[in-house]
Parts: sequence; C-alpha cells; structure tokens
Amino acid sequence: MKMSDIICSDAIVFPLTSTDRNAVIEELILSLHKKKKLGKADPAVLIKAMTKRESEASTGIGKGVAVPHVKHADISKLVAVVGCSTTGIDFSSLDKQPVYTVFLLISPVSNPDKHLQAMETIFKNLQKDDFRRFLRQAQSVKDIVEAIKDADADLSE
Amino acid sequence: MSELAYETEIEIRNPEGLHMRPAMQFVDVANAFNSDISVSNQDTTVDAKSIMQMTMLAATCGTKLKIRAQGTDAQKAVEALQGLVERDFSATPPVSSVSQKKSD
Repeated sequence: MKMSDIICSDAIVFPLTSTDRNAVIEELILSLHKKKKLGKADPAVLIKAMTKRESEASTGIGKGVAVPHVKHADISKLVAVVGCSTTGIDFSSLDKQPVYTVFLLISPVSNPDKHLQAMETIFKNLQKDDFRRFLRQAQSVKDIVEAIKDADADLSE
Repeated sequence: MSELAYETEIEIRNPEGLHMRPAMQFVDVANAFNSDISVSNQDTTVDAKSIMQMTMLAATCGTKLKIRAQGTDAQKAVEALQGLVERDFSATPPVSSVSQKKSD
C-alpha cells in the first residue's frame, strides 16, 4: 500500500488554522467532506466519534506527529488526509510537545486488516526523519503532496 | 548478573489486530522493564518500547509475533507481554460495546 493510494491529496490542509486538537480534527474532516470523500457519512458524526476516540487515548505519538483515527460504520471506503500546522497544535501528545503534522484516517468497521495496513504504511514513513522534516518544512499543499510521493517512491525501491 | 535472553511466540487473537491502543498498552508494559525487548513478525523486527515502531508491525488477527528480551528481567518481561496478549489486552478500560461484523 502506498500513502498516495489512501491520502486524498485535494483535501490536504495547509496551513491548519486551528490550534487545538478537536478543532484540527474538525477542520480535516470538513475538508474531506467538502471534497466529497466521505460518502453518505455525516461529518458531524465522524467528528464526534473521532474526538471521543482521541480523548480516550491520544494519538499524538511524539516527534511532532499525531495520527487521529476512527473506524466507523457509515464509512465504506478507507480515507486519509494530512494537515500541517506552522504554529503547533496542543494534541496532549505522549511527549507533551506540540504537533505540526496530522495524519487523519477514517476506516470502515468491516475491514480491520486494511486499517492496520494503512497505519503500517503511514508509520513506516513517519518513522523516517527526512519525511517528518519535509512535512514540517512544507510551505504549500504542493510541497506536502511531493513529500508523500517521494516517500512512497523511496519505500517501494 | 546474568544477561539472559528469553523469547517466546505469541499469536494476536483479537479480531481488530494489534491496533494502536493495544499497541500502546504493549509499549507501556514493555517500558516497565529494563531489558531490551524486540518484537518480530516474518519480515520486520521492531523495538517493543516504541509506539511508532510497534504500529509498523501491522499485526492483524492471527499474526504470530516473536517477543525477545535481553537483560536482567528478560524472563519477567516476556511473561508479562505474553500475558497481556493472551488476555486479548483485556486490562483495557471498556471502550465500545458496538458489535462488529467479522470480516473475511
């Protein structure tokens, strides 16, 4: 699986205008909704489900990155989006540091294996210092799309 | 003191696999020990104390993982982690009672 297979590049948000966790989740889900990537699902319902999931355990896993995600019955196709912040977001991260890069993932309930594969793909890339740095230094959506493309090519070599 | 290595194989049995929350529990338990602990599937070996690395395993239901610890508390560490997996991570606070369709 490649990141570009699952990330809706036309819904990528740069820069994120929100500075707190729940608002960022809302901003990214609404961006997916605006680009009609959520099928019949109600964005408000997804926002609520994801903020609830996030308040149970933070997905701010450190190094300036958060990966909020949720499985939801109203979603039929796995979808992901990226948002980058220039000012930093309080995500209640494990390392208590602000988050600059957010990978948001929404998966159907019916295919947990695909959800895990998508997470694996995202994390294999986030593991790379270069990829995190490129995202952090991005100045436009185009920069983010290119960083994703390059990272995909890098892993498939 | 002895720096014994200790290892065992476990199978992930919860239907959703080793997703982020159980992976975080796993990392928390691993971090309670001094030993170096690694987890391997067929092609990847990762540090059991890093959530970023653990999530890279993509251990779906039925995946077999090898846990290996080296250090003074290696055996205890492996047993604690094995126990967590065998309980299907049931030390978790109840999260959702939504019934889930089993996928093939």
